Order: sequence, then structure tokens, then C-alpha cells
Amino acid sequence: MKRGGTAFWVGAVLAIALAVLAALGIQNEYYFFAGYVVLQFVVLATAWNILGGYAGYVNFGTGAFFGVGAYTSVVLIQALHAPLLVQIATAAVLSGLLGFGTGLLTLRLRGIFFSIATVAVAIIFETLIINWRYVGGATGVQLLRPPVIAPFDSYTKMLFVVMALLAVGAVAVARYIEASWIGRGLRAIRDSEVAAECNGVPTLRLKLFACTVSGALMGAAGAPLPMYMSFVEPASTFNLSYSVSALAMPIIGGTSHWLGPVIGAVLLGTVQQVVTVTISSELNVLVVGVLLVLFVVVAPGGILGLVAKLRSARSSARAPA
Amino acid sequence: MALKLSVRNVEAGYGAVRALHRVSLELKQGETVALLGTNGNGKSTLMKCLMGMVRPTRGEITLDIDGRSLDLARMQTEEIVSLGMAMVPEGRRLFPKLTVEENLQLGAFRPVARGKLVKNLDFCYENFSVLKDRRRQLAGSLSGGQQQMLAIARALMSAPRILLVDEPSVGLSPLLVHHTVSMIQQLKDGFDLTVLMAEQNFQQAIRIADRGYIIVHGEIVFEGRTADELWNNELVRSLYLGG
Amino acid sequence: MLSFELLPDAIVLGILLGCFYAAVSIGLSVAFGLLDVPHVAHPAFLVLGSYGAYVLGQHEWDPLLSGLALMPAFFVLGIAVYRFYHETFERRGSEAGVRGLAFFFGIAFVIEVGLILVFGVDQRMVEASYIGSSLTIGEMRLPLRMLVAAAVAVVLTLALTAYLSRTFTGRAIRAVAQDEPALRLMGANPVRIKQWAFGIATAASALAGAMLIIVGPVEPSMDRVYIGRTFCIVVLAGLGSMTGTLAAGLILGISESIVLTLFGASWAPAVSFGLLLIVLGVRPQGLFGR
Repeated sequence: MKRGGTAFWVGAVLAIALAVLAALGIQNEYYFFAGYVVLQFVVLATAWNILGGYAGYVNFGTGAFFGVGAYTSVVLIQALHAPLLVQIATAAVLSGLLGFGTGLLTLRLRGIFFSIATVAVAIIFETLIINWRYVGGATGVQLLRPPVIAPFDSYTKMLFVVMALLAVGAVAVARYIEASWIGRGLRAIRDSEVAAECNGVPTLRLKLFACTVSGALMGAAGAPLPMYMSFVEPASTFNLSYSVSALAMPIIGGTSHWLGPVIGAVLLGTVQQVVTVTISSELNVLVVGVLLVLFVVVAPGGILGLVAKLRSARSSARAPA
Repeated sequence: MALKLSVRNVEAGYGAVRALHRVSLELKQGETVALLGTNGNGKSTLMKCLMGMVRPTRGEITLDIDGRSLDLARMQTEEIVSLGMAMVPEGRRLFPKLTVEENLQLGAFRPVARGKLVKNLDFCYENFSVLKDRRRQLAGSLSGGQQQMLAIARALMSAPRILLVDEPSVGLSPLLVHHTVSMIQQLKDGFDLTVLMAEQNFQQAIRIADRGYIIVHGEIVFEGRTADELWNNELVRSLYLGG
Repeated sequence: MLSFELLPDAIVLGILLGCFYAAVSIGLSVAFGLLDVPHVAHPAFLVLGSYGAYVLGQHEWDPLLSGLALMPAFFVLGIAVYRFYHETFERRGSEAGVRGLAFFFGIAFVIEVGLILVFGVDQRMVEASYIGSSLTIGEMRLPLRMLVAAAVAVVLTLALTAYLSRTFTGRAIRAVAQDEPALRLMGANPVRIKQWAFGIATAASALAGAMLIIVGPVEPSMDRVYIGRTFCIVVLAGLGSMTGTLAAGLILGISESIVLTLFGASWAPAVSFGLLLIVLGVRPQGLFGR
């Protein structure tokens, strides 16, 4: 276990170093633009998976937590000109609270009620923001970017590195949860909640914990959005496509291991960028939906599951008859 | 016209657990046959095999009816019911959120029974006055004895020719058990039924049986060709007195 | 301060709206309330039905007739969807439950995006003699289209309730979620019963979808707000209660109408979701849940 741990942290540090080097070396802004989006999805997919993959409670409203994070930043920027770090931290806290509240209300009930409640939360917050003129209401608000911090020469590149840090952080959190007693408890809940209860697993507390952490990470992912876009409006921020993507990516990548959401996010995120640029953005969204249905039906273990099956097929083929 | 149910060398189980070992028995038209055994000895498993709810791994279950010979081991439960076999299941298995009357009406689901619904419903209400009084009450709110009565009546609504009764005495007071078993006998005569009853209350079962079998650890260990033979059997005596 | 004089109008309109919402939810009452299928794509089928009525409307079909004409096709579609769901997910136990949920979510999304690709995001409407005119009773002006929708809704609800309580198949549908093996002992095949029920629920959605476009213009993303309305009603009613669906519909309709009158249209979508959250928190078994 310790060996695996060192490998992970070495890889994480390398990834950050790579991101920083790229930011200093590569000139074409587009790569950072697209890379930011992919890394953002790594955070969202990983966050989703903590509750969805590990515990089996499906969040349909990722857009809500993400949007709350983004608008927390908007308020902090407009009111206090708060620095990015403060934005991210506050967004995480507020979205985490939202996760906690939603969980408290519905995690006692069957899974589908939690899922519907997440849709409710998404629509309610979108409606609240639309009616709140301070943050621009339905038309949105334009924001001025603060000056760039050295050694970066562009704000987009800096945000790219920030998002890379967030991605590594999210994955580290997910990995920790997965290996710990918390992860074991969540898996027990996913396999049979009744049996877990009978065995003394504190199911409600674990679910609430997962829901809070998940929400917090989603909010953190949303916090840099206003600065990234310089413009925020509710329709695109609370967009259903965030919710569908955050759900599709772990399912496509594989839900039982932290690597699954990462694979799903990188693959699907890249495909989305390519399709958006080459064909159209509506088709891109359709591609996500179709792939989701396909994987759910045909390959429930996701890409990781398929790889595992291939490996076991090959090793049993090699085994003596 | 001869109605016969033949079970030959049936083996069945749940996963790795074997519940029935080479079980053979017969049920002929007009008989009341008792299947005696204490808890966990395979009675219910056998009943479920007869109704297609558990698939035997080996052996045959054949129903001779109306000149045809049918292999029940390959049929679905609902197909077997459509032939004219009904079961009062272990644990009653009523529909708790439906009323007494709705449970009875559902009992007449099979096409043959639908035409006789009104007549059979009246009959049930006459013979089970307790059900008539509570016809609009939810089945889940009835007492144990009332539920047992409803389960039996519901089985009768399908106008069966063969009636399987799986442990009717469970959860009932001795007085109610006596009443229920007597009722089964009356209904059998009134409806011209053939009855197979699985029971752990040996005395009550033998009271109305023509003959019977004793099952221990999934094997038929004795066949009593008359009620007396059953009653005088060593095993019955020891299990009854010892249990 | 908005005038409270408008309140009686709002309530009457709310009643009509509520009847309409009940009809829109009745398919879900069957699919989710009675059959336990996590059918979050139900509103998407509604919108699909409304676009079907739109397409027929382009050929001069009356929307109500369109709805009725679409019912057989949607019935078959419902059977197909249920069979697929059953074979792929229902058979495989609880982990499959999560996947089933994700599946319906994906289907809903694909339908929405598909409609956007074919019809675009603009609103679509149909024309009919009763759309646009009103009936004046005393001091109130009741839009005729709302009366038509409410009337159809009541007829649909009553017909379905009667079917479920007076026919053998109907009773079997109500029994199937309570004890499947016991239903087999009655001589009924549970899978066939459920697929028939799902077909009925989807056919009802075709008619309800036609009413959707009678009541107002439709656009592909409407399924989002209707997830709130339909689930709110089904949960508030108590799973599986048909009469409860009508009562819950009325409660939601009147609440939304009052909010609309006092606070404006931009708050209306939140009413159903807010009510849903309250019900889930306070009384999850609903009003008539048994």
C-alpha cells in the first residue's frame, strides 16, 4: 500500500509540474482554454463519483453545486474584490453546506428521491439567481479580471494551473476516501444498505459526509468560472449539460475506482472539445447523452471494467487447462 | 377424467443447499393427502416445485388432467394455475394494500374462474362471514386468523380442481387451527377438490387426511396408506410426543 | 403591492391548471407509483407527445385528435421501453437500480437534445378553435383551452381509476408491486402485467402531451420543470393513489397560480420543486399513501 501511495504522489507532483511548465512554455491560449474545461470536468466527475460511484446515490443536479460555487465568487468579487483563494474556499464551504442540507432532507429516503431532490435544488437555485439583480439576474454580469500574478503571463494560463491543482486535490480526496473505512462503508451501502445498517455501519452519517464533500468539491470547481469567462449568466452556469457530463464521465470511465472519473473526464472532455469545434455544440451534448445510455446498458463497469474483463480473459486463456 | 398428480424422484435445492432428495409421491382425484414434517424438512420446497415457483434439478412432476399429461416441472406458475391448481401459500401472501374483496376478485384472475366470479364470491361470503363483514377493509389490517381465511377463500376463487395448502396452522391459535382445518375439509367436499396439505401439526392434518407421507431432511421416509397407518407410525408418535 | 382582488381568478385558474397537472402526472403515478420504475424520463415523453401533436398540427390536425391518435403508438413504445428496462436492469438487483436511474436520465436527455436538433429551441404552438378564446362566467374569464385540458384531464383520471379498480388487469397492476410471486399464484404473469401498465402510462402521456401544447407553447427543455411538477404531485399524492393524484394536482395548480399572480412568472417553476422538497422532508408517504 505504501508503494502505491508514493507512486501516486510522485505522479501528482509531476502532473502539476507539467502543467506549470506548459503554462510557461506554450503560447497558444486555446490549449489552456480547452485544458481548463477538461480539468474542471475531472474535478466534477471525481466529486460526483464520491457519492454516486462509491455509495450509489445518483446526483442529477451537479449544475446546482457548481453554479452556487460560481455565484459565490461573483458575490465575493463584486462586494469585496476577494482573491481567488478566498473565492474557492468560500465556494467550497457554501456548496458543501448545500450538499449537507440536501442530504439531510432526502438521504433517509430511497435513492430516487435524493436524485429528484438534486434536480429540485438545481432549478430552485437557478430561479433564485435569475431573480437576484445584484448578480445580474437572467442577463448575467460582466467581471473584470484582476492583474495576473507572476510568473504567468496570462490569466487563463494561471487559472489552468489552479484548476490542475484542484483536480489533483479532488483526486487525492477521492483516493483517500476510497481506501479508508469511509469508502468501505460507502461500498457496503451501495451493495446493500439494509445489510450495512444491520451490521452497524453509520449509513446516514457516511452518506451525509460523502454528499457534503462531493458538493464542496463541485463548488470549488465552479469558483474560478467567473474569472475564466469574465462573464457569468445563470442559463449556462446552471446548465443541465454539467449535470449530465458529471454523471456520464464516471459511468463511462468506471465508478468503482478514482481513476475511472479521471479517464472519463479526459476522454469525454476531449471528445466534447473536438466535436464542439469541428461540428456543433448541440451535437456535442447529444454525443454525451448517447454515450451515457450506451455505457449504462452495455458496459456498466465503464472503461475500467472492460479493461479488467480483458485482463482476466487473457490470464485465464493462458492458464493451464 | 381421472385426475392425477405424480411426483417422481424429484431433487431440488437453493444454490448449494439441497432441500429435496429423490422425492416421489402421488395425488389422486378426490383424495386429501397429508405431507407431514417438522420445520425445514422440505415441505414448502416441494409445494413450490409443484406450483412452478422452484425448479427441480432432477425428476418429474406430471399432471394428468382432462385426458392430457402435462410436465409441470417446465411450466411457469401462472400456467400451472391456469390448469386448475391453486395454492394457499406459506405465510398467506395476501395483497396488503388491496381490500378483502379486491383480493378475492384477483383470485378469480384465470379465465375459467372469471365466469364463476359472482357465484364463488357469494359462496365465500356465506361460508366466511368474517370476510363479508370486512369486505372493504385492507387485507393488511386483518388478524392472523382472518388472513388465513382470506388466503384460503382467495385460492378457492380460482375454481381449482387441486388445492395445495402450505402450513395453514402457522401463527394461529389451537382453536383457530382446528377451525381452519375443518373448514378445509368442508370446502373440499363442497367444491369437489383434491387436496394436498403440508403441515407440521400432525394431529390436525391426519384428522382430515385419507392418507399421507412423512418427510424428513428432504426425503420421504414413510408412506401411510391410511390415516390410521400414519397415526400409528413410530416416527409420528416420537415426533409428536417428543416435539 | 399586487392586488388581492386577482386572487379568486387565480384560484379558479389554479383549479383548471391543477386538473391539467394531474393528467400530466397520472402516467408517472402508474409507472413510478405502482410499478416502482424510476421513470425520470416521463416528462420527456410528455414533451415528445406534444411535439407529435405539433407535427400533426402542421397537417391541420386538431391537437386533441392528435393526442388520441398518438396513443396507440405510444402504448407500443411504452411496452418496448419497459421490456428493455426489465431485461437490462430490473432483473439484476439493486446495483442495477442506480444504472436504471441513470438510464432514464440519459433517455430524457437524449430526447430533449434530439428535439432541439430537429425542431430548434424556439417555442412551438398549435392552433385550434378553442385556443385563444375564453368563456365568461360572471366576472371571470376562463380560457377555453384550459377548460378543454381540464375536462380531458378529469375524464382521463376517472377512466384510469375505473380501469384500475374494476378490471382484472387493473387490479393485477395494483397488486404487482405488493407481491409478485403471489400474483403468479393468481394466474397472472407479472412481467406482462407491468409492461401492459407501462404501455398504458406512456399512452396516457401522449394524450397529456397533446394537452401540454393546447395549454401553451412548448419547447424542448420543458421536461426539466415538469420533472418537478409530476414528481411533486406523485409524491404528494402518495405513491400509487390515482385519486390522490387529482387532489395533489389541484394543490399544486392553485399554489402555482397564486404565486404566479402575486410574484410573477419567473418564480412559478420553483413552486413545484419547493413543494416537493417540503413533502419529502415532512411527510414522504404523501397524503393518501397507504
